[in-house]
Order: sequence, then C-alpha cells, then structure tokens
Amino acid sequence: MSAVLADPNAAREHARSMAGTRVEAMPLLPPVAADLPEGVSPDDLVWEETIAAGGYATRRLARGTRLRLIDTGGDACAALQLFNAEIPTERLNVADTVKVQWNAYLGAGKLLLSDMGRVLMSILEDDAGTHDAFCGTSNAATNAAKYGDGSNSGPHPNGRDRFLLGAAKHGLQRRDVHPCITLFKGAKIAADGAIVPEIGPFAGGRSVTLRAEMEVIVVIANVPHVLDPRADYTVTPLRATAWRGPVTSEDDAIRNATPEGQRAFLNVEDYFRR
Amino acid sequence: MSVDPHLAGLTGPVVHDCIVPARAPWLHPIAAGQTLRIVDLEGNQAVDFLLYATADDAERYSAQDTVAAQGNLFLRQGTVLRSNEGRAMMTITATSVEYHDTIGGACSCESNTLRYGHHTKSEHACVENFLEANLSEGRGKRDIVSNINFFMNVPVEEDGALGIVDGISAPGLTVDLRAEIDVTVVVSNCPQINNPCNGFNPTPVRMIVTA
Repeated sequence: MSAVLADPNAAREHARSMAGTRVEAMPLLPPVAADLPEGVSPDDLVWEETIAAGGYATRRLARGTRLRLIDTGGDACAALQLFNAEIPTERLNVADTVKVQWNAYLGAGKLLLSDMGRVLMSILEDDAGTHDAFCGTSNAATNAAKYGDGSNSGPHPNGRDRFLLGAAKHGLQRRDVHPCITLFKGAKIAADGAIVPEIGPFAGGRSVTLRAEMEVIVVIANVPHVLDPRADYTVTPLRATAWRGPVTSEDDAIRNATPEGQRAFLNVEDYFRR
Repeated sequence: MSVDPHLAGLTGPVVHDCIVPARAPWLHPIAAGQTLRIVDLEGNQAVDFLLYATADDAERYSAQDTVAAQGNLFLRQGTVLRSNEGRAMMTITATSVEYHDTIGGACSCESNTLRYGHHTKSEHACVENFLEANLSEGRGKRDIVSNINFFMNVPVEEDGALGIVDGISAPGLTVDLRAEIDVTVVVSNCPQINNPCNGFNPTPVRMIVTA
C-alpha cells in the first residue's frame, strides 16, 4: 500500500479521479446512441450498454420497448433468458416457441413464446440469420472440460453461471434458470438429427431487433457458444440499445402472420385487460 | 420362468411394476444403478418425462445440455441424459424404437389454445400432470423445464419445418433407462387428443423398475 493512500481522503481522491473513464464494455448513463433508427427520438432511449466478452447484462423492459442487439465485432453470442417481469414463473418456453410456430429456425417475424401461451418478445428485424434454439449455453462442467475452468471469477465464465447471476439480481434462483435461445450463433439440424453449428466468426455489425410484447426481464450472457469448436475462449463484445415504442397494434403484420401467433397475441391482450 | 414378454432382457429383480393409465401422471424415485423400462402397451403413446436429481432437485434434466453434449437432437440407444449442470443422470441402455424426441416439449392448456384454438383450454394436458405430481414433493411451476417425449417423433426438415408427426412406436415396444445417480422421474402419460402423437387416442403404459 502506498503511504499516501493510507489516508481515507486520499483514497477518496484516488477513487474519484477515475470518473469519466471510458472503456468499450460499459453502460452509458444517461443512455446515448448516435445510430438510432430514423424516427426514433433520443428522448425515448432507455438503455445503452456494451456487454463485455464473457460478460452478462440484465434489464427490465416495458411492453412496447424495442431492444436492438449488435454483434459489433462479429463474434458475439447472445444467450437469452426471458421472464414475465410481473410473475417470473412465466418464462420463455423454447419448445413451445419452435413447436407452436412449426419451425425450428429463429428470424424476423418469429415470436418468443412463454409457457403460458403468450408472446414475451417478437423478432422485428434480423440481418444475422444464424440463431440457435436447441443447444442452450455452456455450464461449469462444459467450460472446465474445454477451457480448464468455467467459474464466474475466472477467465472463462460459462453461460449458465452468468444467467444465475443475472436472474439472482431479480430475486430469482437456480430453479428459475431455464432453457435459452442463442442469437448470432446458429445451429442447423441435419436429417438424422445431427446439429451443425454455425459459429463464424461473421462480419461485424450484424443486428437483431426485438420488441417486448409484455413487461419482461431480459438476461443476456455473452459467452462462447457451447459447440464453438475453437480451442480458445473466443467472444467479442455485444452492444444493447433499447428505446420506448408503441404497444403492438391489432393490424401489426407480425401479430397477424399466423393463426397461432394471432392467438398468442390475443392471450397477451387478455392478460393486460385490466 | 416368466412368460411376460415385457420383462424380456431385463436382469435383476423387479422392484416396481405398475400400469400408468391413459392421461395420468406418475412419479417414482429410481436409485443409481436401477433400470426403468417403459412399455408402450398399445402403441403410438407419447410418454412425457421429467427428471430431477433426488438429492437436489434444482439440478434436473436439460434437453439443451443433452443434445449439445451428443451433437444430435434425437435420443437413441446410448444417449446420456444430462442435467442442467452437465452431469449424467440416466443412460438409454436399450430401445426398440429407433429414436425419441426431446425438442417438442409438453402440451399445456395454454399452448393448446395457440396450437388448436381456445376451445381446447379445458382439456387435460401434460403440464397439468407435471404440476400435480411435482406439487406432491414441493416443486412448482418453476421446476417444469424441458422434457423428453418417449415414443414421439418430431422431425426437422431442411427449411426448419418442424412438427409432431405420427408415431414410430408400436404395441409392446420399450425403452430402458439406467439411472447414473439417484433420480426422481415424473411422467405425464400424454393426454393430447388433437395431434398424431397419441394417434388421437391416449392409451396406458407400463413402468417396470429393476434393481
């Protein structure tokens, strides 16, 4: 310890001298983004954060909020958990998401369904196209086997433990961490059931925009895909931007794309009929 | 000398043997080393299956960890059923059906409203069975996660098209599962009557546990 910092006032000055430091992976408060879509007012921005490689973030988003995720460096991997923020026992149900929509591959227009027959979020835009509803994320055992260590405090944190921390910050526990979807890293299914991972790296700047159809808690872990074949723990930062938007209207094209989706939105609207 | 064809090939004494009626739940502990045989008595019946570590039920079957670990969606002979923490829970030691599903999930009253219409809301569903059985041991809705559908067929086409199609099972076909740790098995003998998974007609199954 340096003698000068033995003095609490000096320690305070030292701590305060860090103010204004900018790094890539950090939240911006108040949020600011120079690249909002046309027509979106900067006043409606609610979240601007770059999630570290190996990091995680969590946020409660209001119904109608748009969440844009950008794989800035081409190697981000956004493992995503979703909860109904009011009653978190309602959460993303990956099986219902693929089964009800009769399709395994996520993309623009797809709905992320809860286990209560409702839409938690819908995918408004997607220029990535490589997403995964099947493989889930890494856990301590898989990362230990692959990288030698998978603990939160080590250099190779695993997705499940990241989810546990994110969920815990909303009072949730181990039994609340459920199957996830993964954006930006893909999994295609061969005729014999074989999983063909699509890991990249891809060109930087690909993005996905989601719309909250309910009051949701989002937990995002930005860790390597569990089937990433590379020996090194390889992941790049993930940018999250969210802004307020209108609740989905009855004539919305995504809402009306399929009879199953229409009924899922009817169930959401019934839930909010108060 | 047994003439019961459903016991063929099983070794060790039978410690539990029961019929689960059509549409009903079933919960049973299986000790490490024991084998559970499920018999599709009349054929074309989906058996929805959850699995918890008995010592700590926050550790439970994970479809995603299982399929990621084996690089394949279908559950076949030799497939190791993995927990949400990556641990081996049970192994499929034998099956007379080529493969089983773990991506289709369980039917629920709520998902039925999406899949078939709101007129199906009052019908019995697998999640009702899972809740009923789990509530008896203090587990609730948070504990109902991804499941296996034994004897059910959910192919994925090249364009991602996916759906529950007619079964590939037949009367008397079986699947054998060896417990690798002490587990609690929760089954919903699927009551679904709106799709081909049960041939539109739920039927009973038999559960045999050998030590």
